Amino acid sequence: MSPGFQLWPAAASQHAREVDLLIGSFGAMVWLLSLPVFLLMGFFAWRYRRGRAANRRHRPNRNIWLETSWSAIPFTLTMVFYVWATGLFLDLQHPPANAMTIDVVAKQWMWKFQHPEGAREINDLHVPVGTPVKLVMTSQDVIHSLYLPAMRIKQDVLPGRYTSEWFTADRTGVFPLRCAEFCGADHAVMGGRLVVMSPARFAEWLAANDGGALSPAERGAKLYRESGCAACHDRAANGLAPSLEGLFGTRVQLADGSVRTADEQYLRDSLILPNSAVTAGYRPIMPSYANTFGPDEIAALVAWMKTSGGSRPQ
Amino acid sequence: MTRASNRPPVVPPEAALPSYLRAGYTLRSWLLTTDHKRIAILYLVSISFFFLIGAIAAALIRLELLTPAGDLLTNDGYNRAFSIHGIIMVWFFLIPSIPNTFGNFLIPLMIGARDLAFPRLNLLSWYIYVVAGLITLYVVLSGGVDTGWTFYTPLSSVYANGAVVAAILAVFISGFSSILTGLNFIVTVHKLRAPGMTWGRLPLFVWSHYATSIIFVLATPVLAITLLLVAAERLFGIGVFDPALGGDPLLFQHLFWFYSHPAVYIMILPALGVISELITSAAHKRIFGYWFVAYASIAIAVIGFFVWGHHMFVSGQSYYASAIFSFLSIAVAVPSAIKVYNWTATLYKGDIELNAPLLYAMGFIGLFVAGGLTGLMLAMLAIDVHVHDTYFVVAHFHYIMVGGTVTAFFGAMHYWWPKITGRLYPEAWARASALVILVGFNVTFFPLFLLGYEGMPRRYHVYPESFQVLQVISSCGALLLAAGYLLPVAYLGWSLFRGAKAPANPWGATGLEWTTSSPPPKHNFIEQPVVERGPYDYPISDPLSRSND
Ligand code: HEC
Ligand SMILES: [Cu+2]
Ligand SMILES: [Cu+2]
Repeated sequence: MSPGFQLWPAAASQHAREVDLLIGSFGAMVWLLSLPVFLLMGFFAWRYRRGRAANRRHRPNRNIWLETSWSAIPFTLTMVFYVWATGLFLDLQHPPANAMTIDVVAKQWMWKFQHPEGAREINDLHVPVGTPVKLVMTSQDVIHSLYLPAMRIKQDVLPGRYTSEWFTADRTGVFPLRCAEFCGADHAVMGGRLVVMSPARFAEWLAANDGGALSPAERGAKLYRESGCAACHDRAANGLAPSLEGLFGTRVQLADGSVRTADEQYLRDSLILPNSAVTAGYRPIMPSYANTFGPDEIAALVAWMKTSGGSRPQ
Repeated sequence: MTRASNRPPVVPPEAALPSYLRAGYTLRSWLLTTDHKRIAILYLVSISFFFLIGAIAAALIRLELLTPAGDLLTNDGYNRAFSIHGIIMVWFFLIPSIPNTFGNFLIPLMIGARDLAFPRLNLLSWYIYVVAGLITLYVVLSGGVDTGWTFYTPLSSVYANGAVVAAILAVFISGFSSILTGLNFIVTVHKLRAPGMTWGRLPLFVWSHYATSIIFVLATPVLAITLLLVAAERLFGIGVFDPALGGDPLLFQHLFWFYSHPAVYIMILPALGVISELITSAAHKRIFGYWFVAYASIAIAVIGFFVWGHHMFVSGQSYYASAIFSFLSIAVAVPSAIKVYNWTATLYKGDIELNAPLLYAMGFIGLFVAGGLTGLMLAMLAIDVHVHDTYFVVAHFHYIMVGGTVTAFFGAMHYWWPKITGRLYPEAWARASALVILVGFNVTFFPLFLLGYEGMPRRYHVYPESFQVLQVISSCGALLLAAGYLLPVAYLGWSLFRGAKAPANPWGATGLEWTTSSPPPKHNFIEQPVVERGPYDYPISDPLSRSND
């Protein structure tokens, strides 16, 4: 027999256990609703089988009250679970503010992870236990989906767009990491391990693995200087382009009259689709970098703009 | 099953008119026929052929999955196997299965008409199906297609290597066959009902086909346009779905599921109609809550258009949209639940013949309930985030499509076999096959629910060893299921030549189709039937029971 046969998957987060509880209780209710149907069906078929003497008088042909109640009662019961499941789902849409952000780039057929401190890894993802981790993901080609069964979460990863998912692992261990969206030839082997470590071990791992590499923010600063952004953005005083200093998290007045918060999505949009969000008071001369930068570089620039209120390099 | 009817059937003398089968023996008399009954047979033969090809692809998949390594098929080989399995089973078997065979054969008979409203259009729709089918065969022979039946972009429009455009063309063309059939049924039901055949006297089989036809006509064009756009992007680089060309990949999913979710109901609604006929006939009793069951079909067709987003909970669509789609998906389960409860209530105080069609119908109800309730689980957002795109989904829709539709198809095949062929089938064998199918089906597909919850994504030919036990059980079940499907082929084939001659109404059923001879003459009825009672007005025969109200 195969090693490691199991009937229930490991759960490594509070959310995972809540999903288990949800499906367990909903499963129980579903049995409660369907068992009478199965039993009655068998019972009637036997009791009223042809040739057997049975009371067949006063056969009902309709009963509005009965029919309404057997639609309404199960529906109402299911609504309770709807509220529960939707609540859990909405939690998944709101990562805590202090979450550690890891950039993820998917491509046929590998996962690239970039830690904020600089460490990079492929297919395996190391995270500390007890810390909320947010994955900000994009794809370089087709749609993939990052699936962490032990967390009971997955999220599609799309080209030309950023999606995210988050989790807080609450036990250490090694768990599967898979691609759930069919993405071509090697879809089945596009995966690796999610390694959840104690904070101390994780710190050791980080130290051993950043190998003197620049952190994303440092690489972003370098890009800012070397790709010509500074030519416009360092001359805020001339009114050419807004200063990027301290931009992250502020409310930006746009030329079309709307106001947007300068979050990660906004920063990315400014780079890829500058004309979708033109800052009020400036001409729309900012070029699009959609074809210049890959997702790695964009992530680095965003990381840089986020750090220390946008400390502008000299 | 030879029990005579209680009502003197209006049977035309056997020798009066030749049956539709004897109305001509040449190939030409079949290929150029406009008789809805013969066209139904043409469809039956062609969809059986495609079922066989789809089943061979399924066999390859199940063999490959016996071991965790990718040893029998390469990655590309496996991807092509499940893609062709999906494309053929969905568009070349399930969608035309019940409507184009039994619907085609029975709707005119059930409403007392000589034929469908547009007999030549009916034949045309078969030819369109054949052309589309031939293109699909070309796809298979030219190396296949590796996009899955869902054709997700930009994989299909830019990155895939297979014969994507040919596959798209095949599905595109087959859609016209669906549209024409839907149109034909709608007009027929409106215009050709016999005198006295009011809407309240329509058999529920006809109601469910009417609902199906609405979807045929309204949803299929959306699929056609979507597929054309994929082809345009692939062939000419016109950016619609690929972000590199300025397109939006999620747009494809919205359009695709706007068709494909209602298409699920195209596949299941006719089956629901079949079950209503099988249950009432076996129970010799009026359906419980006729109007609830009839309107449930319409409700399913209508609400079914507003739930497509439940395929996209983790796609990146707005989470407000997800919450609404989740709610609507739960709502669409209500009319289905009504049907199940009403069928059960119909058995109460019935005069039930435990024949093979009833066994198939009860098997259907069990599997349909299991499929429907796991569908409710999938509609729950937090659960779906975990099991979306896993074997849980695969198990769920196979319970509906195979456990539901295919089981109903076999039930219908037995129930109307005497009418279609004029022969009786061997009842003991038929009961045995119903049981083998039920057991084989559950052994094949139940383990997949567990695999899915454990986190095995679909479309994996290489998988961790911990999943092997369940995969092996499933493959063994598939063997049993295949035996269950082959059994009827054998004994029905035998009955075709050796079976006892069937009387006009072997079940003592009340439907109009049983008032004409078995098999019916070319124009169905010798005299224009006039309808004076409801479709399930069974008289009471048991001495212990007198009233039927
Ligand atoms: C040709 C001059 C020019 C260059 C080069 C340029 N930008 Fe800009 N950028 C602008 C202008 C003008 C605006 C304001 C109008 C707008 O929002 O499009 C702007 C807006 C922005 C914003 C939004 C600022 C806000 O206050 O809302 C960001 C972020 C940004 N640029 C980043 C960059 C980065 C990073 C680079 C280099 C990779 C860069 N820009 C290169 C001219 C430029
Ligand atoms: Cu994949
Ligand atoms: Cu759906």
